Amino acid sequence: MSDDKAENGAEPRRNFIASVGALCVAAAASIVPLAAGAAALFDPLRRGRRDLSMILVTKLSSVPEDGAPKKFTIETDRVDAWTTYENTPVGAVYLRRTPTGVAALNVVCPHAGCFVGLMPDKSRFGCPCHKSSFDLDGVVNDANSPSPRDMDALEVEVRNGDEVWVRFQNFLPGREEKTAI
Amino acid sequence: MRELLDWLDDRTGYRGLLKSALFERIPGGARWRYVWGSTLTFALFVQFVTGLALWAAYSANAQGAWESVYFIQNQMLGGWILRGVHHFTAQVTIILLVLHLMQVLIDGAYRAPREVNFWFGLGLLFLVLGLSLTGYLLPWDQKGYWATKVATSIASMTPVVGPAMQQLLIGGAEYGHHTLTRFFALHAGVLPAGIVLLVVGHIYLFRRHGVTVSEKGREKPDGFFWPEQVLRDGVASLAVMATVLGLVLWTGGADLGAPADPTEPYAAARPEWYFLFLFQWLKYFPAGWEVVGAQVIPGLVVGLVAAMPIIGQWRLGHRFNLGVAASLLLGIAVLTWTARAEDAADPDFVSARAAAEVVDHRIGELASSPSGIPIGGGLALLRSDPLTQGPRLFEANCSSCHRVDGHDGLGRIPTDEAAASDLAGYGSRQWLSGLLDPERIATPEYFGATEHANGRMARFVQRGVAGMSPQELQDLQKVIMAVSAEAALPGQASLDAAAQTDIAEGRALISSEAINCTRCHTFGDMTEGDVGPVLSGWGSRAWMLGLLHDPEQEEYYGADNDRMPAFGAEGILSEDEMGLIVDWLRGDWYRSPAR
Repeated sequence: MSDDKAENGAEPRRNFIASVGALCVAAAASIVPLAAGAAALFDPLRRGRRDLSMILVTKLSSVPEDGAPKKFTIETDRVDAWTTYENTPVGAVYLRRTPTGVAALNVVCPHAGCFVGLMPDKSRFGCPCHKSSFDLDGVVNDANSPSPRDMDALEVEVRNGDEVWVRFQNFLPGREEKTAI
Repeated sequence: MRELLDWLDDRTGYRGLLKSALFERIPGGARWRYVWGSTLTFALFVQFVTGLALWAAYSANAQGAWESVYFIQNQMLGGWILRGVHHFTAQVTIILLVLHLMQVLIDGAYRAPREVNFWFGLGLLFLVLGLSLTGYLLPWDQKGYWATKVATSIASMTPVVGPAMQQLLIGGAEYGHHTLTRFFALHAGVLPAGIVLLVVGHIYLFRRHGVTVSEKGREKPDGFFWPEQVLRDGVASLAVMATVLGLVLWTGGADLGAPADPTEPYAAARPEWYFLFLFQWLKYFPAGWEVVGAQVIPGLVVGLVAAMPIIGQWRLGHRFNLGVAASLLLGIAVLTWTARAEDAADPDFVSARAAAEVVDHRIGELASSPSGIPIGGGLALLRSDPLTQGPRLFEANCSSCHRVDGHDGLGRIPTDEAAASDLAGYGSRQWLSGLLDPERIATPEYFGATEHANGRMARFVQRGVAGMSPQELQDLQKVIMAVSAEAALPGQASLDAAAQTDIAEGRALISSEAINCTRCHTFGDMTEGDVGPVLSGWGSRAWMLGLLHDPEQEEYYGADNDRMPAFGAEGILSEDEMGLIVDWLRGDWYRSPAR
């Protein structure tokens, strides 16, 4: 077989061209479904983020005056693919009074994304999943905490004297720097 | 018939195919120890059949996933068995895979020329784990939602491509419809297709190389796949099926938790038991080392296992491989056991699990109520349920002063003293009798810790009521009945209905000489000086909502209000939230008929 080919130099050459041609034709025919499929599969990468304007969370009088953190649900309009939810809960924050005003912490654990809880005695925050521990300022307070950073503080504004507005954002978990999602 | 089959064979050659499939020669004869691969094939077959049936009833979107699974589980004929079989076969498959893998390692059946088949098998293990991971999310309940969040968070930690990878996986920046459509496409399309390919390749290569027979095993005469080995395989598969069915019947089928809620903490989130070791493993990695713990080390271990056929060629390689496999199994067992032990010893986790179970049970009651699941889905149903939402709202908004039965609404006893009345049974005859008890009105249970401890009401009870004659006390009982009937508590409806005469007399006695509530309180059109709260409709839903809205209104405490905030007027609580608290305190929630 190989001897035959060696004798007749034209045939392997024609075979080579035919092979390349066959591959090209097959690729050209397949590219349409592959490209169309890939385009839709990668569509989520170009989906924009939620509108990051300030959201009215609550009245100042609802935030405990003794400085204890309290959980508040963030409600805003949300578009999930084909559904638009009006004023729906999108997340939660802990609000707490500080000497200068109000501070907000996202409830999501910066370690792996669980919901950080306020201990029943309100002495600290603790994550129920991998036991990260934070003090009431959201600062990691235990050397064994697996969380790579403090709880994510959010921008807060008190408007018109008694309205608490928060710029609600989520951040990528598991890294030292705060990277907005 | 014979002619027809001949014709078919002539056109297809099916007899030859069947013959080579069935009359495979087994050196040393059929044996029980060869059944594991067949039980796995059977388990995958079970998953395909039950999975297709589930597919035909499942809806992959954030507003319908939980609801459709609820419907499968509770309404469809045998749905709970179908789902239970799918759920438990998945777990049994993992166990069988590990057994199969261990047997291959011990028998040395992974070495040349079977390397590629070992890799195919390893690939199957990961595809099955992938099916578990994606399947866990599909019911869209709290448990699966929060556990999967951790898994996709770990994916996002991958250097450079992590965030994009996570976004592709969950179909956007946040969990939503496309998270489910994608997980479902993986679970029901991509991964099963991979499984079919690998199983076909695995069986083809297995047939090519034949079973691995020990020296001793060769002494017996050869046998055939059909029917000796098939009989053994069939018995083993039946045993697998019996185990799964036993588990389904024993446990009552697969759990379905409360619908996923991104705003509600779920402290009981744990992965499926066969991933617990990874979960525990992650606890030991300090800040900044997550990628090492969650990706690098597991990746190296997988690489080491994949390299076993090559390592096995060296002189001590096989023993080394066995040592690695044994240590891995032992490590996994220890980590799994530690995870369980730590959770069992953690009171926070135990109470979180118990609280979650209460909600899980409650959503089942609500969804099976005559009004069913509304268009907003299970989550809307749960969010409008006073029984589960009331205590949370009470704890967050009321428990800094009030108590219910001495606790904060969620069953915890606060360390600081109550600063206002205990609201358990507010509106009931018992509550009112306690208020009118000279011994009790000035205790912290009622007015003790408030400005009213020395107020006119307390004085009236401590002097007026204390000095009443037996006849007057009997009249007071009727007044209590009458005022309590104003609350129209659902739990007291039959008592109220049975005491119509007493209540009517009580209504008349309310302004009698000795009792004379109307000297301070308005009741109907009877009033002298409107000092205390109006008693018409006292304790009713509307009355309590009005009080919560603003206690300083004239018909409530007016200027005598102690510290109670105007929850409605100041915008602290929404109408819905106040309604949930009031309905909960009044015991006004859906009760499923006793079974």
